[in-house]
Amino acid sequence: MTSHLYRFFPALEDRAITVPAGSVAEVLQAVNQLAPGFTDYILDERGALRRHVYLSVDDAIVVDRKTLSDRVPEHGVVYIFQALSGG
Amino acid sequence: MSDMLILGTRKGTVIFERTNVAWRPRPIAHAGIPVCYAARDPRDGTLWASLDHGHWGPKLSRSRDGGKTWQDTSSLKYPEGARYIVKYLPTPDFDPEAPVGQPEYQDATVFKIWHLAFGSAEQAGRIYAGTIPGGLFVSDDGGDSWTLNRPLWNHESRGGDLFAGEATSENRWGGTPASIDYGVFEPGIHSIVVDPRDPNRIHVAVSSAGVLETADGGQTWQGRNNGLLMDYLPNPAADWGHDPHFMTNCIGQPDHLWQQNHCGVFYSDDGARHWRKVSLADAGVHFGFPIAVDARDGRTAWVVPARADSERMAIGGGLCVARTTDGGQTWQAFRAGLPQEHAYDIILRHGLDIAGDCLCFGSTTGNVYLSEDRGETWQCLGNHFPPVYSVRFG
Repeated sequence: MTSHLYRFFPALEDRAITVPAGSVAEVLQAVNQLAPGFTDYILDERGALRRHVYLSVDDAIVVDRKTLSDRVPEHGVVYIFQALSGG
Repeated sequence: MSDMLILGTRKGTVIFERTNVAWRPRPIAHAGIPVCYAARDPRDGTLWASLDHGHWGPKLSRSRDGGKTWQDTSSLKYPEGARYIVKYLPTPDFDPEAPVGQPEYQDATVFKIWHLAFGSAEQAGRIYAGTIPGGLFVSDDGGDSWTLNRPLWNHESRGGDLFAGEATSENRWGGTPASIDYGVFEPGIHSIVVDPRDPNRIHVAVSSAGVLETADGGQTWQGRNNGLLMDYLPNPAADWGHDPHFMTNCIGQPDHLWQQNHCGVFYSDDGARHWRKVSLADAGVHFGFPIAVDARDGRTAWVVPARADSERMAIGGGLCVARTTDGGQTWQAFRAGLPQEHAYDIILRHGLDIAGDCLCFGSTTGNVYLSEDRGETWQCLGNHFPPVYSVRFG
């Protein structure tokens, strides 16, 4: 994940986090169990992906930004990116 | 006399402390994170910063040790079922004569926590927060949990109770350009004024709707826009659509309310039941964002005039602060200590504050100025701060 998130969730820093396969939403909720509040940074209060955040499962960009129903297969890797610009 | 200044800036929270010889800034807190508003709760000394994360959503950050450590919270959220009627920026082919279509609804999420206000000394833990898209939130536990004020959210001027179903009235609230950074065109609550005599009486100012008042602790709300004028609309005196930039009151005379907006400075001495325009464009007092009011004399107020509306910077390249002591009948401009050439500063709506005889303002150019003599002379506290969004004495 983008290293900027480690500032808010230092417990996740430099860890390979392994959680059960499922939907992207389920994977994020599992990470939230490890780092309470984590999903509030990635998702809005409706569970939709925040505007400037991008997720991919392996090299496929997550398509369902509203409910995050894209599937994460066994041994799949979820990546979290942020769109950075400006100064 | 206050010994602390708290600045919300584009790059974090800057806290100044008064020493024996000068005001000194501490190292920046929330480094790199835009802070759109920061203030100190006078009841228990808690410091608050509203973080305007570009990626991670708005968060409140709280310090209970005077700013040594901060804890972020994500607890301010719109409840399930909170919806609003979507507004769009008018496009070049906008046809005002076209029939109004069916309203389009959107589930509400917080885009910006724009303003915080604190309850009375008897209301331990009561805090108010105003947001884009136009919700007023209330906490009674010091910010651990928040509740949307539904009577204001469901106000008939906004389409009625959308929790219950379809709109039952027209949405008369506009959208503020301040919301466009979030990809929407929605209103925002930027001014929450609690009457110190009666904490059940609260005024809020909304971009771009106007002023509303409750006298029953938020159970019912009434528009308070009588006398406000919008030069930019066909009906300048319409009930709704006003765009106050900031509204505040006199602590000692709470029926004296002031606001600065696109179309002038407006003053009320009857609790916002009637406003009157008191700006003097010929004297340069017309357009601006912030306004400060004396704590004892409701007729005395300060503004930082700017050139309206297309330029939005200091008039003639020189900064001044204007003061009235007679309810806006006359204004006096003070320039001592402020730059008088090549100054392009603009002061945003929360960028000016007063505490006793001290005033302070910070600009989008990163300049911070302080006066200890009621605005007559000024000293510079620094020229290289990030763009300043808010200034509050602690």
